[in-house]
Amino acid sequence: MNEAARSLLSGHAFLAGFPPEAVELVADQAELVSFRPGALLFREGSPADVAYLVTTGHVAIEIHAPSRGPLVIETIGAGHVVGLSWAAPPFRYQFDARAIDHVEAVAVDTASLRVALAENPVLGFLFLDRLTAVMLERLQATRIRLLDLYGATDAR
Amino acid sequence: MLAETVSHVDPTGSLVPAPYVVVGRREEAADVVTLSLEPVQGSSPTFRHGQFNMVTSFGRGEIAVSMSSAPGAPGPMEHSIRRVGAVSAGLCAAPVGSLVGIRGPFGSSWGTDEVEDGADVVVMAGGIGLAPLRGAVRDLVARQQCGRGRVFVLAGSRSPDQILFHEELQAWERAGVHVGVSVDVGAPGWVGVVGVVTALLPGAPFEASGALALLCGPEIMMRFGGRALVDRGVDARRVRVSLERNMQCGIGLCGHCQLGPLLVCRDGPVVRYGGLADELFMERNR
Repeated sequence: MNEAARSLLSGHAFLAGFPPEAVELVADQAELVSFRPGALLFREGSPADVAYLVTTGHVAIEIHAPSRGPLVIETIGAGHVVGLSWAAPPFRYQFDARAIDHVEAVAVDTASLRVALAENPVLGFLFLDRLTAVMLERLQATRIRLLDLYGATDAR
Repeated sequence: MLAETVSHVDPTGSLVPAPYVVVGRREEAADVVTLSLEPVQGSSPTFRHGQFNMVTSFGRGEIAVSMSSAPGAPGPMEHSIRRVGAVSAGLCAAPVGSLVGIRGPFGSSWGTDEVEDGADVVVMAGGIGLAPLRGAVRDLVARQQCGRGRVFVLAGSRSPDQILFHEELQAWERAGVHVGVSVDVGAPGWVGVVGVVTALLPGAPFEASGALALLCGPEIMMRFGGRALVDRGVDARRVRVSLERNMQCGIGLCGHCQLGPLLVCRDGPVVRYGGLADELFMERNR
Protein backbone atom coordinates (compact mmCIF):
# COMPACT_ATOMS: atom_id res chain seq x y z
CA MET A 1 0.00 0.00 0.00
CA ASN A 2 1.67 3.22 -1.09
CA GLU A 3 1.38 6.62 0.53
CA ALA A 4 -0.85 7.98 -2.23
CA ALA A 5 -3.39 5.26 -1.59
CA ARG A 6 -3.14 5.76 2.16
CA SER A 7 -3.77 9.44 1.62
CA LEU A 8 -6.79 8.66 -0.57
CA LEU A 9 -8.19 6.43 2.14
CA SER A 10 -7.72 8.93 4.95
CA GLY A 11 -9.47 11.57 2.85
CA HIS A 12 -12.34 9.35 1.78
CA ALA A 13 -15.76 10.31 3.12
CA PHE A 14 -16.53 6.74 4.18
CA LEU A 15 -13.64 6.81 6.64
CA ALA A 16 -14.08 10.43 7.74
CA GLY A 17 -13.55 10.78 11.47
CA PHE A 18 -12.09 7.29 11.88
CA PRO A 19 -8.98 6.97 14.10
CA PRO A 20 -5.67 6.38 12.30
CA GLU A 21 -5.57 2.72 13.34
CA ALA A 22 -8.87 2.11 11.56
CA VAL A 23 -7.54 3.70 8.37
CA GLU A 24 -4.38 1.63 8.73
CA LEU A 25 -6.44 -1.51 9.10
CA VAL A 26 -8.24 -0.80 5.84
CA ALA A 27 -5.00 0.21 4.14
CA ASP A 28 -3.50 -3.14 5.02
CA GLN A 29 -6.22 -4.85 2.98
CA ALA A 30 -6.42 -2.35 0.13
CA GLU A 31 -5.11 -1.63 -3.33
CA LEU A 32 -5.71 1.06 -5.93
CA VAL A 33 -7.75 0.01 -8.93
CA SER A 34 -9.21 1.68 -11.98
CA PHE A 35 -11.90 0.70 -14.46
CA ARG A 36 -12.61 1.80 -18.00
CA PRO A 37 -16.12 2.91 -18.90
CA GLY A 38 -18.35 -0.14 -19.19
CA ALA A 39 -16.09 -2.44 -17.18
CA LEU A 40 -17.65 -4.64 -14.51
CA LEU A 41 -16.50 -4.17 -10.92
CA PHE A 42 -18.39 -7.26 -9.83
CA ARG A 43 -21.19 -9.50 -10.97
CA GLU A 44 -24.39 -10.57 -9.22
CA GLY A 45 -24.02 -13.84 -7.36
CA SER A 46 -20.26 -13.76 -7.03
CA PRO A 47 -18.62 -13.78 -3.57
CA ALA A 48 -18.69 -10.33 -1.99
CA ASP A 49 -15.06 -10.22 -1.01
CA VAL A 50 -14.20 -6.71 -2.20
CA ALA A 51 -15.67 -3.30 -1.39
CA TYR A 52 -14.76 -0.31 -3.54
CA LEU A 53 -14.29 3.13 -2.05
CA VAL A 54 -14.85 5.26 -5.12
CA THR A 55 -12.52 8.23 -5.50
CA THR A 56 -13.22 9.22 -9.11
CA GLY A 57 -16.09 8.59 -11.50
CA HIS A 58 -19.44 6.90 -11.23
CA VAL A 59 -20.55 3.31 -10.85
CA ALA A 60 -23.95 1.97 -11.91
CA ILE A 61 -25.59 -0.65 -9.74
CA GLU A 62 -27.44 -2.82 -12.23
CA ILE A 63 -29.60 -5.86 -12.51
CA HIS A 64 -29.98 -7.79 -15.70
CA ALA A 65 -33.50 -8.50 -16.83
CA PRO A 66 -34.21 -11.07 -19.54
CA SER A 67 -35.12 -9.34 -22.81
CA ARG A 68 -34.64 -5.90 -21.24
CA GLY A 69 -30.92 -5.90 -20.71
CA PRO A 70 -29.21 -4.16 -17.79
CA LEU A 71 -31.42 -1.90 -15.64
CA VAL A 72 -29.65 0.71 -13.58
CA ILE A 73 -31.00 0.82 -10.04
CA GLU A 74 -28.72 3.45 -8.58
CA THR A 75 -25.61 5.43 -9.39
CA ILE A 76 -22.77 5.69 -6.88
CA GLY A 77 -20.21 8.47 -7.15
CA ALA A 78 -16.93 9.57 -5.60
CA GLY A 79 -16.86 9.53 -1.82
CA HIS A 80 -19.20 6.57 -1.62
CA VAL A 81 -18.86 2.81 -1.29
CA VAL A 82 -19.78 0.19 -3.84
CA GLY A 83 -20.30 -3.32 -2.54
CA LEU A 84 -22.00 -3.65 0.84
CA SER A 85 -22.88 -7.32 0.61
CA TRP A 86 -19.70 -8.30 2.45
CA ALA A 87 -21.27 -7.05 5.68
CA ALA A 88 -23.79 -9.84 6.12
CA PRO A 89 -24.36 -13.43 5.01
CA PRO A 90 -24.53 -14.91 2.44
CA PHE A 91 -21.65 -12.58 1.43
CA ARG A 92 -22.65 -12.55 -2.22
CA TYR A 93 -23.21 -9.53 -4.43
CA GLN A 94 -26.89 -9.01 -5.16
CA PHE A 95 -26.39 -6.80 -8.22
CA ASP A 96 -23.88 -6.05 -10.97
CA ALA A 97 -21.66 -2.98 -10.60
CA ARG A 98 -20.40 -1.34 -13.79
CA ALA A 99 -18.20 1.70 -14.37
CA ILE A 100 -20.13 4.45 -16.16
CA ASP A 101 -17.10 6.60 -16.82
CA HIS A 102 -13.45 6.24 -15.86
CA VAL A 103 -13.51 5.00 -12.28
CA GLU A 104 -10.74 5.04 -9.73
CA ALA A 105 -11.26 3.37 -6.40
CA VAL A 106 -9.59 1.79 -3.44
CA ALA A 107 -10.45 -1.90 -3.47
CA VAL A 108 -10.62 -3.38 0.03
CA ASP A 109 -10.27 -7.11 0.63
CA THR A 110 -13.33 -7.47 2.83
CA ALA A 111 -12.83 -11.16 3.54
CA SER A 112 -9.62 -10.24 5.37
CA LEU A 113 -11.16 -7.09 6.81
CA ARG A 114 -14.04 -9.07 8.29
CA VAL A 115 -11.61 -11.32 10.12
CA ALA A 116 -9.59 -8.33 11.38
CA LEU A 117 -12.71 -6.52 12.59
CA ALA A 118 -13.96 -9.63 14.39
CA GLU A 119 -10.72 -9.60 16.34
CA ASN A 120 -11.10 -5.92 17.20
CA PRO A 121 -14.68 -5.26 18.31
CA VAL A 122 -14.09 -1.54 18.92
CA LEU A 123 -13.06 -0.95 15.31
CA GLY A 124 -15.67 -3.49 14.28
CA PHE A 125 -18.37 -1.34 15.87
CA LEU A 126 -17.03 1.77 14.12
CA PHE A 127 -17.32 0.08 10.74
CA LEU A 128 -20.73 -1.38 11.54
CA ASP A 129 -21.90 2.06 12.63
CA ARG A 130 -20.71 3.67 9.39
CA LEU A 131 -22.08 0.88 7.22
CA THR A 132 -25.44 1.21 8.96
CA ALA A 133 -25.49 4.92 8.14
CA VAL A 134 -24.75 4.21 4.48
CA MET A 135 -27.39 1.49 4.29
CA LEU A 136 -29.95 3.70 6.04
CA GLU A 137 -29.27 6.55 3.64
CA ARG A 138 -29.77 4.23 0.66
CA LEU A 139 -32.88 2.67 2.17
CA GLN A 140 -34.41 6.10 2.74
CA ALA A 141 -33.50 7.26 -0.75
CA THR A 142 -35.06 4.09 -2.16
CA ARG A 143 -38.25 4.68 -0.17
CA ILE A 144 -38.51 8.21 -1.51
CA ARG A 145 -38.11 6.93 -5.05
CA LEU A 146 -40.83 4.35 -4.42
CA LEU A 147 -43.21 7.27 -3.84
CA ASP A 148 -42.91 8.10 -7.54
CA LEU A 149 -42.83 11.78 -6.59
CA TYR A 150 -42.67 13.08 -10.11
CA GLY A 151 -45.68 11.05 -11.18
CA ALA A 152 -49.06 12.33 -12.24
CA THR A 153 -50.07 13.79 -8.86
CA ASP A 154 -47.91 16.84 -9.45
CA ALA A 155 -50.53 19.06 -11.06
CA ARG A 156 -48.72 22.30 -11.72
CA MET B 1 -60.41 44.63 6.77
CA LEU B 2 -61.85 43.03 3.66
CA ALA B 3 -62.71 46.43 2.19
CA GLU B 4 -59.19 47.55 2.88
CA THR B 5 -57.82 44.53 0.99
CA VAL B 6 -60.26 44.91 -1.85
CA SER B 7 -59.35 48.55 -2.25
CA HIS B 8 -55.90 47.42 -3.36
CA VAL B 9 -57.29 45.14 -6.04
CA ASP B 10 -57.84 46.22 -9.59
CA PRO B 11 -60.91 44.12 -10.39
CA THR B 12 -60.56 44.59 -14.10
CA GLY B 13 -56.97 43.45 -14.29
CA SER B 14 -57.07 40.80 -11.57
CA LEU B 15 -60.38 39.05 -11.98
CA VAL B 16 -61.23 39.20 -15.67
CA PRO B 17 -59.15 37.00 -17.96
CA ALA B 18 -57.56 38.75 -20.90
CA PRO B 19 -57.53 36.87 -24.19
CA TYR B 20 -54.14 35.61 -25.33
CA VAL B 21 -53.37 33.86 -28.55
CA VAL B 22 -51.23 30.72 -28.67
CA VAL B 23 -48.37 31.66 -30.98
CA GLY B 24 -46.22 28.60 -30.29
CA ARG B 25 -46.59 25.13 -28.89
CA ARG B 26 -43.78 22.75 -28.00
CA GLU B 27 -43.97 19.21 -26.60
CA GLU B 28 -41.35 19.08 -23.83
CA ALA B 29 -42.13 15.51 -22.73
CA ALA B 30 -44.91 13.00 -23.14
CA ASP B 31 -47.24 14.96 -20.84
CA VAL B 32 -45.74 18.47 -20.79
CA VAL B 33 -46.38 21.22 -23.31
CA THR B 34 -44.98 24.74 -23.42
CA LEU B 35 -47.33 27.35 -24.80
CA SER B 36 -46.03 30.67 -26.12
CA LEU B 37 -48.65 33.34 -25.58
CA GLU B 38 -49.19 36.86 -26.80
CA PRO B 39 -52.00 39.18 -25.76
CA VAL B 40 -54.66 39.90 -28.33
CA GLN B 41 -54.44 43.56 -27.33
CA GLY B 42 -51.50 45.47 -25.92
CA SER B 43 -48.35 43.88 -24.54
CA SER B 44 -47.68 41.15 -21.98
CA PRO B 45 -47.59 42.42 -18.41
CA THR B 46 -44.29 42.61 -16.60
CA PHE B 47 -43.74 39.87 -14.05
CA ARG B 48 -41.07 38.56 -11.74
CA HIS B 49 -39.36 35.15 -11.59
CA GLY B 50 -41.53 32.59 -9.83
CA GLN B 51 -44.85 34.39 -10.19
CA PHE B 52 -47.85 32.71 -11.76
CA ASN B 53 -50.80 33.47 -13.96
CA MET B 54 -54.30 32.04 -13.77
CA VAL B 55 -54.66 30.47 -17.20
CA THR B 56 -58.11 29.72 -18.62
CA SER B 57 -59.00 26.97 -21.01
CA PHE B 58 -62.30 28.36 -22.23
CA GLY B 59 -65.20 26.07 -21.45
CA ARG B 60 -63.15 23.99 -19.03
CA GLY B 61 -61.79 26.18 -16.27
CA GLU B 62 -58.80 27.97 -14.90
CA ILE B 63 -55.56 26.82 -13.26
CA ALA B 64 -52.49 28.48 -11.82
CA VAL B 65 -49.39 28.13 -13.97
CA SER B 66 -46.03 29.75 -13.33
CA MET B 67 -44.29 31.52 -16.16
CA SER B 68 -41.44 29.46 -17.58
CA SER B 69 -39.86 32.28 -19.55
CA ALA B 70 -37.77 35.09 -18.12
CA PRO B 71 -39.30 38.49 -17.39
CA GLY B 72 -38.44 41.06 -20.00
CA ALA B 73 -36.98 38.49 -22.36
CA PRO B 74 -37.71 39.05 -26.04
CA GLY B 75 -40.48 36.98 -27.50
CA PRO B 76 -43.76 35.74 -26.14
CA MET B 77 -44.46 34.81 -22.55
CA GLU B 78 -44.22 31.05 -21.97
CA HIS B 79 -46.07 28.64 -19.71
CA SER B 80 -45.11 24.98 -19.38
CA ILE B 81 -48.09 22.85 -18.46
CA ARG B 82 -48.34 19.26 -17.39
CA ARG B 83 -51.38 17.30 -18.47
CA VAL B 84 -53.01 16.03 -15.28
CA GLY B 85 -56.66 17.09 -15.38
CA ALA B 86 -59.38 18.44 -17.65
CA VAL B 87 -58.17 22.05 -17.66
CA SER B 88 -54.50 21.28 -18.09
CA ALA B 89 -55.37 18.73 -20.78
CA GLY B 90 -57.37 21.43 -22.57
CA LEU B 91 -54.46 23.84 -22.38
CA CYS B 92 -51.94 21.23 -23.50
CA ALA B 93 -54.12 20.50 -26.51
CA ALA B 94 -54.57 24.17 -27.44
CA PRO B 95 -53.39 24.54 -31.04
CA VAL B 96 -51.40 27.45 -32.38
CA GLY B 97 -53.82 30.26 -33.19
CA SER B 98 -56.32 29.37 -30.47
CA LEU B 99 -57.20 31.60 -27.54
CA VAL B 100 -56.64 31.12 -23.83
CA GLY B 101 -57.37 33.48 -20.96
CA ILE B 102 -54.78 35.02 -18.67
CA ARG B 103 -55.14 36.73 -15.31
CA GLY B 104 -52.08 37.89 -13.49
CA PRO B 105 -49.26 37.97 -12.70
CA PHE B 106 -49.80 36.98 -9.09
CA GLY B 107 -47.76 36.05 -6.06
CA SER B 108 -44.25 36.39 -4.75
CA SER B 109 -41.01 35.89 -6.66
CA TRP B 110 -37.78 33.94 -6.22
CA GLY B 111 -36.06 37.21 -5.30
CA THR B 112 -33.02 36.48 -7.44
CA ASP B 113 -32.72 40.19 -8.20
CA GLU B 114 -31.68 40.73 -4.59
CA VAL B 115 -28.97 38.07 -4.36
CA GLU B 116 -25.60 39.52 -3.44
CA ASP B 117 -22.76 39.55 -5.95
CA GLY B 118 -20.48 36.57 -5.43
CA ALA B 119 -23.07 34.39 -3.74
CA ASP B 120 -23.70 30.99 -5.25
CA VAL B 121 -27.25 30.09 -6.19
CA VAL B 122 -28.41 26.47 -6.02
CA VAL B 123 -31.47 25.54 -8.02
CA MET B 124 -33.09 22.21 -7.17
CA ALA B 125 -36.06 21.12 -9.24
CA GLY B 126 -38.13 17.99 -9.50
CA GLY B 127 -40.27 17.07 -12.48
CA ILE B 128 -42.37 19.95 -13.78
CA GLY B 129 -40.83 22.05 -10.97
CA LEU B 130 -38.07 23.05 -13.36
CA ALA B 131 -40.57 25.14 -15.34
CA PRO B 132 -41.13 27.89 -12.72
CA LEU B 133 -37.34 28.07 -12.27
CA ARG B 134 -36.37 28.13 -15.93
CA GLY B 135 -36.64 31.88 -16.38
CA ALA B 136 -34.67 32.52 -13.21
CA VAL B 137 -31.96 30.08 -14.30
CA ARG B 138 -31.66 31.83 -17.66
CA ASP B 139 -30.95 35.11 -15.89
CA LEU B 140 -28.67 33.43 -13.35
CA VAL B 141 -26.64 31.93 -16.18
CA ALA B 142 -26.20 35.46 -17.56
CA ARG B 143 -25.23 36.61 -14.04
CA GLN B 144 -22.59 33.86 -13.87
CA GLN B 145 -21.21 34.83 -17.24
CA CYS B 146 -20.80 38.38 -15.92
CA GLY B 147 -18.76 36.95 -13.02
CA ARG B 148 -21.33 37.94 -10.41
CA GLY B 149 -21.81 34.49 -8.89
CA ARG B 150 -22.25 30.89 -9.87
CA VAL B 151 -25.43 28.92 -10.39
CA PHE B 152 -25.83 25.19 -9.81
CA VAL B 153 -28.77 23.42 -11.39
CA LEU B 154 -29.86 20.09 -9.93
CA ALA B 155 -32.83 18.50 -11.62
CA GLY B 156 -34.62 15.28 -10.77
CA SER B 157 -36.94 13.45 -13.06
CA ARG B 158 -38.91 10.24 -13.12
CA SER B 159 -37.12 8.76 -16.13
CA PRO B 160 -34.83 9.99 -18.92
CA ASP B 161 -37.73 10.63 -21.30
CA GLN B 162 -39.38 12.88 -18.70
CA ILE B 163 -36.47 15.30 -18.39
CA LEU B 164 -37.69 18.78 -19.20
CA PHE B 165 -35.79 21.36 -21.23
CA HIS B 166 -33.14 18.79 -22.08
CA GLU B 167 -31.48 20.91 -24.76
CA GLU B 168 -31.50 23.95 -22.52
CA LEU B 169 -29.88 21.99 -19.68
CA GLN B 170 -27.12 21.03 -22.10
CA ALA B 171 -26.78 24.63 -23.24
CA TRP B 172 -26.43 25.81 -19.64
CA GLU B 173 -23.76 23.18 -19.09
CA ARG B 174 -21.90 24.32 -22.19
CA ALA B 175 -22.08 27.84 -20.78
CA GLY B 176 -20.10 26.66 -17.76
CA VAL B 177 -22.96 26.05 -15.37
CA HIS B 178 -22.81 23.02 -13.08
CA VAL B 179 -25.82 20.95 -14.19
CA GLY B 180 -26.74 17.70 -12.47
CA VAL B 181 -29.60 15.51 -13.58
CA SER B 182 -30.88 12.41 -11.83
CA VAL B 183 -33.68 10.04 -12.69
CA ASP B 184 -35.62 7.72 -10.43
CA VAL B 185 -35.67 4.95 -13.00
CA GLY B 186 -32.96 4.49 -15.60
CA ALA B 187 -33.44 3.30 -19.13
CA PRO B 188 -31.28 1.50 -21.66
CA GLY B 189 -28.56 3.87 -22.79
CA TRP B 190 -28.91 6.22 -19.84
CA VAL B 191 -25.46 6.84 -18.37
CA GLY B 192 -26.43 9.61 -15.99
CA VAL B 193 -27.26 9.45 -12.33
CA VAL B 194 -29.99 7.15 -11.07
CA GLY B 195 -31.19 8.18 -7.62
CA VAL B 196 -32.99 10.90 -5.71
CA VAL B 197 -32.26 14.51 -6.64
CA THR B 198 -30.54 15.13 -3.29
CA ALA B 199 -27.91 12.58 -4.37
CA LEU B 200 -26.65 15.30 -6.71
CA LEU B 201 -25.72 17.60 -3.85
CA PRO B 202 -22.35 16.04 -2.91
CA GLY B 203 -21.12 16.51 -6.48
CA ALA B 204 -22.09 20.19 -6.61
CA PRO B 205 -19.12 22.25 -5.39
CA PHE B 206 -21.05 25.34 -4.27
CA GLU B 207 -20.06 27.50 -1.34
CA ALA B 208 -22.83 26.92 1.19
CA SER B 209 -22.05 30.00 3.23
CA GLY B 210 -24.05 32.84 1.74
CA ALA B 211 -25.66 30.64 -0.90
CA LEU B 212 -29.25 31.11 -1.98
CA ALA B 213 -31.22 27.95 -2.75
CA LEU B 214 -34.39 27.77 -4.82
CA LEU B 215 -36.51 24.61 -4.75
CA CYS B 216 -39.52 23.69 -6.79
CA GLY B 217 -41.16 20.33 -7.21
CA PRO B 218 -43.25 17.86 -5.28
CA GLU B 219 -43.62 18.92 -1.66
CA ILE B 220 -41.89 15.82 -0.32
CA MET B 221 -38.93 16.50 -2.58
CA MET B 222 -38.72 20.07 -1.27
CA ARG B 223 -38.97 18.80 2.29
CA PHE B 224 -36.04 16.43 1.88
CA GLY B 225 -34.19 18.82 -0.40
CA GLY B 226 -34.49 21.66 2.10
CA ARG B 227 -33.16 19.46 4.88
CA ALA B 228 -30.25 18.25 2.76
CA LEU B 229 -29.29 21.83 1.82
CA VAL B 230 -29.39 22.93 5.45
CA ASP B 231 -27.30 19.87 6.42
CA ARG B 232 -24.82 20.99 3.76
CA GLY B 233 -24.55 24.36 5.51
CA VAL B 234 -26.97 26.60 3.62
CA ASP B 235 -28.78 29.06 5.89
CA ALA B 236 -32.39 27.77 6.14
CA ARG B 237 -33.66 31.34 5.74
CA ARG B 238 -31.89 31.52 2.40
CA VAL B 239 -33.67 28.43 1.11
CA ARG B 240 -36.84 29.28 -0.82
CA VAL B 241 -39.53 26.92 -1.97
CA SER B 242 -42.47 27.29 -4.31
CA LEU B 243 -45.71 26.03 -2.80
CA GLU B 244 -48.59 24.70 -4.76
CA ARG B 245 -52.19 24.89 -3.61
CA ASN B 246 -55.65 25.20 -5.05
CA MET B 247 -55.40 28.77 -6.33
CA GLN B 248 -58.71 30.27 -7.35
CA CYS B 249 -58.96 34.05 -7.07
CA GLY B 250 -55.21 34.74 -7.16
CA ILE B 251 -55.49 37.80 -4.94
CA GLY B 252 -55.98 36.41 -1.43
CA LEU B 253 -59.73 36.85 -1.19
CA CYS B 254 -61.36 33.45 -1.55
CA GLY B 255 -59.21 31.44 0.86
CA HIS B 256 -59.06 28.26 -1.24
CA CYS B 257 -55.28 28.24 -1.13
CA GLN B 258 -54.92 28.81 2.60
CA LEU B 259 -52.02 26.94 4.12
CA GLY B 260 -51.60 27.66 7.83
CA PRO B 261 -51.08 31.41 8.12
CA LEU B 262 -50.53 31.80 4.39
CA LEU B 263 -52.76 32.51 1.48
CA VAL B 264 -50.45 30.91 -1.02
CA CYS B 265 -51.69 32.90 -4.02
CA ARG B 266 -50.90 36.16 -2.26
CA ASP B 267 -48.12 35.31 0.24
CA GLY B 268 -46.57 32.66 -2.01
CA PRO B 269 -46.04 30.72 -4.09
CA VAL B 270 -42.40 31.41 -3.18
CA VAL B 271 -41.79 31.42 0.56
CA ARG B 272 -38.78 30.88 2.75
CA TYR B 273 -38.07 27.35 3.93
CA GLY B 274 -36.46 28.09 7.30
CA GLY B 275 -38.99 28.91 10.01
CA LEU B 276 -41.96 28.72 7.68
CA ALA B 277 -42.25 26.08 4.96
CA ASP B 278 -40.20 23.58 6.97
CA GLU B 279 -42.84 23.75 9.71
CA LEU B 280 -45.78 23.81 7.29
CA PHE B 281 -44.42 20.72 5.54
CA MET B 282 -44.59 18.86 8.83
CA GLU B 283 -48.20 19.73 9.70
CA ARG B 284 -50.43 16.69 9.54
CA ASN B 285 -53.89 18.25 9.43
CA ARG B 286 -54.01 20.13 6.18
